[in-house]
Amino acid sequence: MKPQETHNLCGFTTATNIKNCKHLKPKTIDITEYITLVFTDYTLRTITLGTAILGAVTGMLGSFAVLRKQSLLGDAISHAALPGIAIAFMLTDTKDSNVLLLGALISGLLGTFWIRGIIKKTHLKSDTALGLILSLFFGFGMLLLTFIQKQPNANQAGLDKYLFGQAATLLEADVWLMASVTGICLLVLIVFWKEFKILLFDADYTKTLGFNTKFIDILITSFIVLAIVLGLQTVGVVLMSAMLLAPAAAARQWTNSLATMVGLSAVFGASSGVVGTAVSASQNNLSTGPVIVLVASVFVLVSFVFSPSRGLLFKQIRFIKNRRDLQLHKTLAFMYNIAETHHNIAHPHTIKILNNFQGFTKRTLQELVKKNYVKLEGSMWSLTEEGFKTASNLYNQQPENNE
Amino acid sequence: MKQNIAIRVDDLTVAYNYKPVLWDIDLEIPEGVLMAIVGPNGAGKSTLIKSILGILKPIAGSVSIYDKPYDKQRALVAYVPQKGSVDWDFPTTALDVVMMGTYGSLGWIKRPGQRQKKAALEALEKVGMLPFKSRQISQLSGGQQQRIFLARALVQNASIYFMDEPFQGVDATTEIAIINILKELRKAGKTVVVVHHDLQTVPEYFDWVTFLNVKKIATGPVKDIFNDNNLTKTYGINYKVSVQE
Repeated sequence: MKPQETHNLCGFTTATNIKNCKHLKPKTIDITEYITLVFTDYTLRTITLGTAILGAVTGMLGSFAVLRKQSLLGDAISHAALPGIAIAFMLTDTKDSNVLLLGALISGLLGTFWIRGIIKKTHLKSDTALGLILSLFFGFGMLLLTFIQKQPNANQAGLDKYLFGQAATLLEADVWLMASVTGICLLVLIVFWKEFKILLFDADYTKTLGFNTKFIDILITSFIVLAIVLGLQTVGVVLMSAMLLAPAAAARQWTNSLATMVGLSAVFGASSGVVGTAVSASQNNLSTGPVIVLVASVFVLVSFVFSPSRGLLFKQIRFIKNRRDLQLHKTLAFMYNIAETHHNIAHPHTIKILNNFQGFTKRTLQELVKKNYVKLEGSMWSLTEEGFKTASNLYNQQPENNE
Repeated sequence: MKQNIAIRVDDLTVAYNYKPVLWDIDLEIPEGVLMAIVGPNGAGKSTLIKSILGILKPIAGSVSIYDKPYDKQRALVAYVPQKGSVDWDFPTTALDVVMMGTYGSLGWIKRPGQRQKKAALEALEKVGMLPFKSRQISQLSGGQQQRIFLARALVQNASIYFMDEPFQGVDATTEIAIINILKELRKAGKTVVVVHHDLQTVPEYFDWVTFLNVKKIATGPVKDIFNDNNLTKTYGINYKVSVQE
């Protein structure tokens, strides 16, 4: 059994509400035309809304998964959902996404609680437990899918869309379901915000304050499972965890506040959905799920490089600047030691003395002149009053925060 | 002199697997003492605190705080966990962490308000961390993080404080700041129980001590029982007998 290679927006013919497929066929559409289409075209509007809402809710919840160091949990849950889909189909013989997702939910939850059980009851570490359950459930799910595929049943073909997802099959009802789950999730987040935050930071301490940590924990985990299951139809079992992690990982780079992180993560997730859908619809109907995940990865990449406080770029810039400052100060200190030997600190010295000093370069000297620490006359230099004062106070009191 | 018993532990036995980490601990901690729990690694010092606080479930035994079960007396108890037990890269500020100390009295759902913020700021002031209130917690030094944890417990305004190695990995400035606060707490009639590693400072810092090595070796005033005999019993040959492997 192979996943469908092409997931064009109109490919899934049983989605009865698709009317305006003709509009989406052209290979490239310009932006204004596309935006009008989003508002006028039923299918495109449904998909855009669906992926946006999905991105928002997984982004929100993903922050919690990332901060709890349970990044892999999402992957395990989504894979664990597969046998549930297959079994639900075998029992009911329908392809109604609600029924299948209910199956996914049950088996996803089952997988999650097995993982927790394994971690608690055995000496296995969580990564082992996650990997074990992930492959066990996924393998079993694939087995069932192949089995179904072999059955003489005309209804079977649609199941493999849950592997890589097919946004085109989203119906208005699916979007409503996503929206209501997101709404409930948001409400729960707001109501139990304080409890979530303290549990994430310090679980043992939370327990001593009298909170039922198990309840809070199960609440968070259940919503994570629910969000993942909701995304299976759109993004699929294999890539779903990226929807959980990528927006959160990106958001963490930009802020040091939990609330901002959760909000930003939701925005990144929703944007990934919208942009991903647009790219997929306008570029020859590329498969939507993978495109969304790639867009989310771009958010991660940009955040890792360009975040002002944690990004690699500014870190490097700060590092270089710090080195330069230190070099400057070192040179100034060296000059100070020379100047100190004279009664008159402004006594000129030759630049040559500096040449056997490591920290010295032409540029440092120029920099010192610019800061008005040093005066240059021909090949001679002398410390200014200000330079002398600065040099004598250099690093006298280590600021406490510089450890 | 008849003192109130702040914490009473009866027959407490705790095990992670089949071998007990704590075996049949009976302990009475009088009100108003500043007590150190000492013992070698793996002696169950942290486990004892965590079991008293209900973080770990004992196999047998009971704990009472002022003669009532701990569940009913939570408001009287504050806890300072080991600094290394949390992820300091968590996106939050020093003030926010200290505010968490008020969550217990707030109960479910209710949010902290101005009163809680004021209490948190006062606690920060007490540990000398007020200038760092808006600092992201990962930007704090180890000693500063420890003081933030202490401030969070102070906000709880408890009668009994449990601290798990508050002096671990902190510099002399922080150590002195912390011990001064602990002594102040004792002066105010509070009971303070500290898991402690540095035997040399025990007589200077504490007035009560418990020797622990899976079993309770001894407990009492430092001046009476902090001696070679008990130290040998705790760290010496007995150590090898009671915790093999």
